[in-house]
Amino acid sequence: MKRFFENIARFILFCGRFFGCLWRTREDWRETLRQMYEIGAKSILLVGVAGLAIGMVLAMQTSSTLARFGGQSLLPSMIAVAVLREIGPMITALVVAGRVGAGIGAELGAMRVTEQIDAMEVAALDPFRYLVATRLLATVLMLPLLTVYANALALFGGFLAMRVEESISLKLYFDSAIRFLDFRTVLPALAKTAVFGFLIGAIATFLGYHTSGGTHGVGRSAMLAVVLASLLIIVADVILVKLTLIFFG
Amino acid sequence: MNMIEITDLHKAFGGQPVLRGVQLAVARGQMLVVLGRSGSGKSVLLKCLVGLIAPDRGSIKIDGEEVVGLPAGRLNALRRRIGYVFQNAALYDSMTVEENLAFHLDRQAALPAAERRRIVLEKLRFVGMAEAWNKYPAELSGGMQKRVGLARALVLSPEIVLYDEPITGLDPMTAAEIDELAIRLNRETGVTSIAITHSLESARRTADVIAVLSEGRIVASGTFRELRDCAHPFVQQYFAHALTG
Repeated sequence: MKRFFENIARFILFCGRFFGCLWRTREDWRETLRQMYEIGAKSILLVGVAGLAIGMVLAMQTSSTLARFGGQSLLPSMIAVAVLREIGPMITALVVAGRVGAGIGAELGAMRVTEQIDAMEVAALDPFRYLVATRLLATVLMLPLLTVYANALALFGGFLAMRVEESISLKLYFDSAIRFLDFRTVLPALAKTAVFGFLIGAIATFLGYHTSGGTHGVGRSAMLAVVLASLLIIVADVILVKLTLIFFG
Repeated sequence: MNMIEITDLHKAFGGQPVLRGVQLAVARGQMLVVLGRSGSGKSVLLKCLVGLIAPDRGSIKIDGEEVVGLPAGRLNALRRRIGYVFQNAALYDSMTVEENLAFHLDRQAALPAAERRRIVLEKLRFVGMAEAWNKYPAELSGGMQKRVGLARALVLSPEIVLYDEPITGLDPMTAAEIDELAIRLNRETGVTSIAITHSLESARRTADVIAVLSEGRIVASGTFRELRDCAHPFVQQYFAHALTG
């Protein structure tokens, strides 16, 4: 139990250190851009497929129920609200937690056990700024962008699924989809993805940076990064949705 | 005046003492080899010197400056004067050989690209690795990685070089080549060096002074000849085992 609270305290200090050196991270903009490419561009396929599939499945699963109550015309709006408010951010975050969280945890963990991080430290470099801050910042910046992309594909997936059932134009579908949307619906949901990005980046870098125990430790860091990030995303989502409802109705 | 002075250094892990009052002094320009069995705390001693591990008690002075408890900024200033050669080279595996060296240079001094490349190639030439500038660490043998690790440690022209088991895992010929490089560096640039090893042969080749670490203490020190005639039972045993193979 003592160790658990010690780790929480270390994690909070770790996050504090990130905010402390955030301004100086601009000197590592090249590495930050590289990480944004690694995290963002290389997740495009996975996130895109997940988004498209979710939109299609959502349309297929709900169209018959809505039809029973004569509300099939509401299907685009329903898909848009569900995807943009909740499913898009959540699916994107979980997919990125799996791909990126494990990658960062394993990469930094391997660098720790092969003394590459020590090598930076003894050369008076700042491994925290170069390795941790850049990755964490890149995750925070890329998750909202990936979510926008996943949302767009999910809406398109919904359109494709509807199109199979009935003749509906893309224009009509999107006009109908955005009917019940406003900035109060979209922006808080998008903002929370930055929090999800922070959780993924912070947990993965924290575990990787403090890896010990050789290759077994590297595997453990990668696995824990995915498990803890996914868990915290789900818990944070409940809190953030409640806060959103309090402040934005 | 001594370049490095270690006084009464103690370090324990989980209640298990590793260093129990190490006393050591290294003169400027001297090559000191710390000899000891595996797990005797040699690497811990070296890591205490550069502040990677904080000792529980004792004093480490480098060029008159106390290292223990030194604030981060001044510790980093001190670290810039020290080159550290890691046991397994610890090369950044996502970077090429040239980038490994340039990375350290770039972040310490704003140099024009041509000047940076000149310094990098000069250090790589010194260790005989200039042709491998565009290779990744995974494409190099263990001996080549150690050479590049040495070149990287030298890229900021340090006054002190620390070697952590520089020849472990190498065949005898490659080991002798690495030792030769350390000797050449010591003679040509006058750097102060500490190498830790369990190889008596390497210590004989490279050391001005050998210090023997056993059970967390320096039990004897002197030249190879002096230690060969030393009466300390551990030193006698060590020499007997090493010399009889």
